[in-house]
Amino acid sequence: MSWLTLLRTASRPAVGGLLVAVLAGIGAAGAGVGLMATAAWLISRAALHPPVLHLMVAIVAVRAFGIGRGVLRYLERLVGHDAALRVLGELRVRLFTELDRLAPAGLTAFRRADLVQRLVSDVEAVLDMCTRVVLPYAVTVVVGAGSVALVGALVPIAGLTLAVGLLVVGAAVPLLQRAATGRADARLAPLRGELATGTVDLLHGLPDLVANGATRHYLDRLTEADRRLRRAEQRSAAAAGTAAAVTALATGLCVGIGLVAGAVAVRNGDLSGELLAVVVLTPLAMFEAAAGLPAAAQRFAGARTSLRRLAEVFTAPSPAPAPEQPAQVPDGPHTLRLEALTARWTADRTALRDVSLTLEPGRRMALVGPSGSGKSTVAALLVRWLDPVAGRVTLDGVDLRRLPGEEVRRIVGYLPEDAYLFDTTVEENLRIGRRDATLAELRDALAKVRLLDWADALPHGLATLVGEHGVRLSGGQRRRLALARALLADFRVLILDEPTEHLDDATAVALTRDLLAAAAGRTVLLITHRTDGLDDVDQVVALDAGRHVDVLTAVA
Amino acid sequence: MKPLDPRLLRYARTTRAYLAVTVALGTLLAALVVAQATLLAHGITVVFLDGAGVTELTPTLLWLAAVVAGRAAVAWAQEVASARAAAGVKSELRRRLLAHLAALGPSTGTGAYATLVTRGLDALDAYFARYLPQLVLAALVPAVVLTRLLPADLVATATIALTLPLIPVFMALVGLHTEAANRRQFRLLSRLSHHFLDVVAGLPTLKVFGRARAQAGTIRRISGEQRRLTMRTLRTAFLSSLVLELLATLSVALVAVGIGLRLVSGNLDLATALLVLILAPEAYLPLRQVGANYHASAEGLAAAEQVFAVLDTPLPARGDQPAETGTIACHDVVVTYPDRAGPALHLSATIAPGEVVALTGPSGCGKSTALAVLLGFVTPDSGSVTVAGWTLSTMDLNAWRRQIAWVPQRPQLFADTVRGNVTLGTDATDEAVHRALTEAGAASFVAALPQGLDTPLSDDGSGLSAGQRQQVALARAFLRDTPIVLLDEPTANLDAGTAAGVMIAIRRLARGRTVVIAAHRPELIALADRVIALDAVPAGVR
Repeated sequence: MSWLTLLRTASRPAVGGLLVAVLAGIGAAGAGVGLMATAAWLISRAALHPPVLHLMVAIVAVRAFGIGRGVLRYLERLVGHDAALRVLGELRVRLFTELDRLAPAGLTAFRRADLVQRLVSDVEAVLDMCTRVVLPYAVTVVVGAGSVALVGALVPIAGLTLAVGLLVVGAAVPLLQRAATGRADARLAPLRGELATGTVDLLHGLPDLVANGATRHYLDRLTEADRRLRRAEQRSAAAAGTAAAVTALATGLCVGIGLVAGAVAVRNGDLSGELLAVVVLTPLAMFEAAAGLPAAAQRFAGARTSLRRLAEVFTAPSPAPAPEQPAQVPDGPHTLRLEALTARWTADRTALRDVSLTLEPGRRMALVGPSGSGKSTVAALLVRWLDPVAGRVTLDGVDLRRLPGEEVRRIVGYLPEDAYLFDTTVEENLRIGRRDATLAELRDALAKVRLLDWADALPHGLATLVGEHGVRLSGGQRRRLALARALLADFRVLILDEPTEHLDDATAVALTRDLLAAAAGRTVLLITHRTDGLDDVDQVVALDAGRHVDVLTAVA
Repeated sequence: MKPLDPRLLRYARTTRAYLAVTVALGTLLAALVVAQATLLAHGITVVFLDGAGVTELTPTLLWLAAVVAGRAAVAWAQEVASARAAAGVKSELRRRLLAHLAALGPSTGTGAYATLVTRGLDALDAYFARYLPQLVLAALVPAVVLTRLLPADLVATATIALTLPLIPVFMALVGLHTEAANRRQFRLLSRLSHHFLDVVAGLPTLKVFGRARAQAGTIRRISGEQRRLTMRTLRTAFLSSLVLELLATLSVALVAVGIGLRLVSGNLDLATALLVLILAPEAYLPLRQVGANYHASAEGLAAAEQVFAVLDTPLPARGDQPAETGTIACHDVVVTYPDRAGPALHLSATIAPGEVVALTGPSGCGKSTALAVLLGFVTPDSGSVTVAGWTLSTMDLNAWRRQIAWVPQRPQLFADTVRGNVTLGTDATDEAVHRALTEAGAASFVAALPQGLDTPLSDDGSGLSAGQRQQVALARAFLRDTPIVLLDEPTANLDAGTAAGVMIAIRRLARGRTVVIAAHRPELIALADRVIALDAVPAGVR
């Protein structure tokens, strides 16, 4: 999907509003140009001392234009913003639906640290695209065509000049500007990069630098990088002015040529003298209306980049496409099986190769192995975030690909290593596990993970906010709260991924014991890279570099 | 918000020169605008009323060409001046900000300013290129235009002179009314954006619990609510631009009709009337553009404001007592952090020279804070640290730190060579660097690097493992060869095999020095002569 298709489909619900905004904008800009044209004729005519009655229509028109421009412009902005906000809402919902389809396995291809943040701000670029690019261009094109027609009808050469002048301002100047910016950016980018790296080094490494008495040395280096950047920026300043100069020249030339061509036409009798002012002054007003185009073009480039990034999300392939004819979901008790399975997150790296594994009902299995051995990939496959490239995953013999992902996840729950807490209350975070849980059920879940005493001691109890990403909680509390949420959801199979990572040994052993006790009665797959504290599981299975599975301890 | 923050003139001296240039160019531009209008009015009049041909028009056209060329030149010069000024001001603010942050020291959470220094300040580009010149023009152009119109036509001059000041007055009135609403709106918008961000970031979790579908509906509902609330604010906010456009355009229309009527009655000549018609909109144009570029100004000034807030933070008082060596004593040292309930550290201890001491306790009990206090990064809220009986806070901290080597949990690697990362700017021979690397157990992997000591490193993606990173930091400590060594869980993020290698280097480093180790791994604790157990922080939110 191209960014244009994306923009078109997302703006469908707001197309009426956008149209009204464009019409109002045309009215406003047209009133500005019309005011000047009519006033120019009015004054020229008045110089011939006609009866005032003959001027009444023009006088009323000038006054109407005077009021109309402000009012219509207000209408344009209001309706335009309303429509743009509708487009924004629509785009947000569409993007979210796509991300839901892809997350998280389908996003690894373009995952960077700031992917989410970037997408969210990219969506907001559509506001700019609607109100500051599409609207001004649409309005200027129509009003410009009207002005060219008016001036051209009076003096064809002057009309042609105006058309060329407007093209220069609306198209050539933006291109010129882009070339200049592109050249400057190419020259400045390495210097900016150097300064950015140095800055991040200095600010993040300040403790190291102060402790080692090296601050001055690094500050001096940074000052030097800054000086080089400033010099380069100042050298490329000369190019920045070209666009402004060309715009001024185009305007002046159009007016000048209009005067010459008009004078010739008047002398030849092709143009009535009282219309000469219209031919000369209309372009003046028109260029004022077109003056915003280069800025609009600049915004266009930025907004298009954002929309293009969004379009990439819409075209990304599903990591686990919905089955066309879903199979019946088995009743259980559930056996999950990996059969000669190969899987990868990205095309260039295979995470699991020819792995087979069986998770029988009610069993507690630990899956161990060094980081990068593909343990979390197993979890992603079992909750159908990801489909295998070879082999298959089965639930009671049914291939997972024949079951909708939501149905699989109703049975198999997953507590990932980076279990997410939402920036809301403890209670709301718990209720994501079960919407209609009673207070007693919430407290029971907290008690199972030994958080109840903590929760009761909180200043606002369950209504206490956990902060962004649960920042107000300690690492252990975050894990326990996430587990309580998973327990509430009552999954029959529960996968726990590195639940004790970053905790000290004593806490880790205690938490593992609590986790397994709390999950009593369920099938549990415990993923970990620690080999200690696994006394309570039925079976330990080792995974090595995504390939080999060793059964370390069989059932007692 | 003030249109021109006086602190901008104080902290960035480039601004003053730029303002002077802009005023000069603005005056020139205003004069050219007036000249162009006069020439056009004259040209139209002689062709229309006197039947002049192109030949008679030639002088006027030549002058017009000169004026147009002049306007192009001024436009060019203005852009160049603003680009140069923006570059200069950004550089000046950056340098001051970085120097001030460095002087404030590591306790201020400096990492948050990286974005401000690198990208945030770029918002000043638009402020210097669009807003400030328009502001100057908004003051200059109407004055020059009115000066030209005054002898030509008193009535038109009076109309413009009376309506012009109404624009800023009305805009200020509307602005006052909408400012509170705008602030509310801004808070609301950032809350809604934040909600979307939160939901998208937690999408995998929502998927696990089958809640993602339902969230799409919530997003639609919230976006609709956001639109309705935004529009309610915009209806008033756009009033200021309505007032501006209405006053500007209506005044021009009234002036045009007025001169038309006076022309009919013969009280005015055509050239003057045309002059008034061309100049009247020019008088209002800069004001209208100031309004349009308001946002450019707001963003740039907000960035500058953040810089000023840092620059206005006073530097902590510096001690000048010469650094001492001897017994280090902590007397009832208490440190609290504003965002945490209860003290982050409570410590009383004495450390004799040559002693190896381990600080132990559960995570969050203040082990790292204790080291930060000894380094002088954190000043205790109560209690004191003394060295050989002298209070640390009155000591020259730079000199004191020269006696200390510090190996943190996750040392920073700088965008520099391996050599630069070990020496950190000090003059050390390659031989000394090699010796330090050998003692840190890093010699073999450095030798295997493609360019040896000259291999470039950086903090991320440098290709060094966590253990190698730790060994580079240990090499720094060996090179410094200080009597005191502070180790902050140097093996916390290492697996058992790597940790064993690092432990060998740590044992070597501890020999013959005063060592304080924040530790919870048994092999680190075993290294100590003595263990100081820190109490768990009293229960609070954490």
